[in-house]
Amino acid sequence: MEQLLEQLFNGLQLGFVYALIALGYTMVYGIIRLINFAHGDVFMIGAFVGVLGYSSWGLPWPVAILLAMAVCAVLGVVIEFLAYRPLRHKGAPSIAALITAIGVSFFIEYFTSLDFVFGPDHRVVKLPFDIKRYSVGGAVVTNVQLLIFGVVIVLVLFLQYLVRYTKMGKAMRAVSQDMDAARLMGINVDRVVSFTFFIGSALAAAAGVLFAFAYPQIKPFMGIMPGLKAFTAAVLGGIGSIPGALLGALIMGQAEVLTAAYLTTDFKDAVAFAILILVLLVKPAGLLGRSGPEKV
Amino acid sequence: MKRVHALFLAAAMVIAAGCGGGSQSSNAPSNACPSSNAEKQIKIGFIGPLSGDVKTYGLSALKGFNLALEQAGCQAGDLGIVAVVDDDRGDVNEGQNVFTKQVSQNGVKAIVGAVTSNVTVPLSVKANDQKIVMITGTATADNVTVDDSGNRKPFVFRAAFADSYQGTAAAKFAVEKLGAKKAAVVYDKSNDYTVGLSQSFRTEFEAQGGEIVSFESYGKDDTDFSAIMTKVAAANPDVLYIPDYYNKASLIGQAARTKGVQAAMIGADGWDSTELNFEVMQGGYFTAHYSSDDPAEAVQQFVKDYQAKYGERPDSFAALGYDATNLLLEAIREAKTDDPEQIRQALQNLKDFPAVGGNLSFDEKGNPVKGATILQVNADGTYSFVTKMEP
Repeated sequence: MEQLLEQLFNGLQLGFVYALIALGYTMVYGIIRLINFAHGDVFMIGAFVGVLGYSSWGLPWPVAILLAMAVCAVLGVVIEFLAYRPLRHKGAPSIAALITAIGVSFFIEYFTSLDFVFGPDHRVVKLPFDIKRYSVGGAVVTNVQLLIFGVVIVLVLFLQYLVRYTKMGKAMRAVSQDMDAARLMGINVDRVVSFTFFIGSALAAAAGVLFAFAYPQIKPFMGIMPGLKAFTAAVLGGIGSIPGALLGALIMGQAEVLTAAYLTTDFKDAVAFAILILVLLVKPAGLLGRSGPEKV
Repeated sequence: MKRVHALFLAAAMVIAAGCGGGSQSSNAPSNACPSSNAEKQIKIGFIGPLSGDVKTYGLSALKGFNLALEQAGCQAGDLGIVAVVDDDRGDVNEGQNVFTKQVSQNGVKAIVGAVTSNVTVPLSVKANDQKIVMITGTATADNVTVDDSGNRKPFVFRAAFADSYQGTAAAKFAVEKLGAKKAAVVYDKSNDYTVGLSQSFRTEFEAQGGEIVSFESYGKDDTDFSAIMTKVAAANPDVLYIPDYYNKASLIGQAARTKGVQAAMIGADGWDSTELNFEVMQGGYFTAHYSSDDPAEAVQQFVKDYQAKYGERPDSFAALGYDATNLLLEAIREAKTDDPEQIRQALQNLKDFPAVGGNLSFDEKGNPVKGATILQVNADGTYSFVTKMEP
């Protein structure tokens, strides 16, 4: 029983990190119908900036997290401005944007693998604080897990506030419903898109640093698997839906951990993806996604 | 797996070279025995990567080869030794080319090499078919000396232990020296190296009366080991066997400590890297081929001779290259002829030959029956010599 509780915490830890990444995927998709494959690499850059921030540049670690978020937010906006916006303005088909996203992803991975950037090797992450272990009803919870839970909850609440109660949030929702109509209503669509990338990338950066705390090793290709899993989580929950991304990520995290814990680690990805397939068979739009007619 | 293993060894070698304080000369050491005036002669070849990605392996092995020949005075009994040195560049095709050249043009009867498993495996087939004695210092893949169905290639030998032996040695160490009764094993199911090690560990540990309380696999891209380690912590083992390369082992070790696993951690030669997370892995043990800190007389004598000649501390490649060469020379002395069939017989029949790696004999699979060196990880990024596990 205690073990089950502890495994649930392990699953939450993984699910919460996936959630932060999944939010970026789902927001961008919700606004411009683009699967931003470079998102996992923004996550990686966030991890590097954050870890280097406190280990090499002498910043206090909370400041390093904020710095990572700021750097990646700007990076996200730059990627959108250089790679996706020109295509959108030329009315390129969505497959072109998708392929561009894959190209950007490869570019970031291989560019950061160069020796004068981060180098191709993995690096060991030294935590900026000692790991403390607490007992909760017999299960072990670490301060790293508590930090992850805390940071993710705060960021998600902030995002919820942003989307629901601010003018920019209103504009984002409007653009996601109908980009052309929103433009006719005087909304600066480009600015809304930039802002979406800004927020999504900042969240990914936070996820990156937290991920590095929980699994203390970073390398230029570290973003691929978490990115893929988070994308799956976003689809599972219903891509375009923010609560859906959260729900999907939590399910993915638990599915992986509980399968590893009670069945066998051999099946852990298989079970997670089997759940995805089953859900999509029953609800093609995902758990909380709205299925509607495709806009033309 | 062989390639990955080779890459890892490459990294380890570069590091070893760096630690030796040596600006390793990029020029290959010259041939110690280019010709001979003896009446009876035998030509022996050296094949190894002297340039390319893994050149430090080959250069070290060649230094060991040359040192052994020099000490023997280019002579084995009545036979004068003529050495032929060729570079395989760590490339499988190039390895076969130089093999053919050595055998058909130079008339080589025995070969020391190759150095990496990927090059050595195809050469071992050729050597066996053409009845050329071949002894490799460092190729650890099990299928160097046996074919895929487990049949021995009678002309092929090696001076290093095979991958599957390490797991056995680690299990013995756990039971005999650490008094372990319960062990947990984690392994990468996609990597033959760790699969083989974990299975041989399990077999030996159970044979010694121990209990495997947890036997868990993971995938090569996994980073989250919290679920596995929660299980392992609940099973409360005495030792945790992590036979993976240094980067994965560090992550797993961190997860184990975070989840409160108190067990002593044991690993394999994959841990031998400055990139290991020493802080987390401190106190852990692993099986290694050789340690220059080993107080054994043969080791210290070799370290002294090597240092006097090359001005640097020998790494495992040099030590094993040296051993392979000496084993071959001894067999030639015994056989008193350049006939490969008789040399092969003599090599197979060697008993307790005093080598750096211990007193060596060959088992029926052409692997040396010899101990593994156990090293312990220190927090300051060094290893200390613990003991030697005799087979």
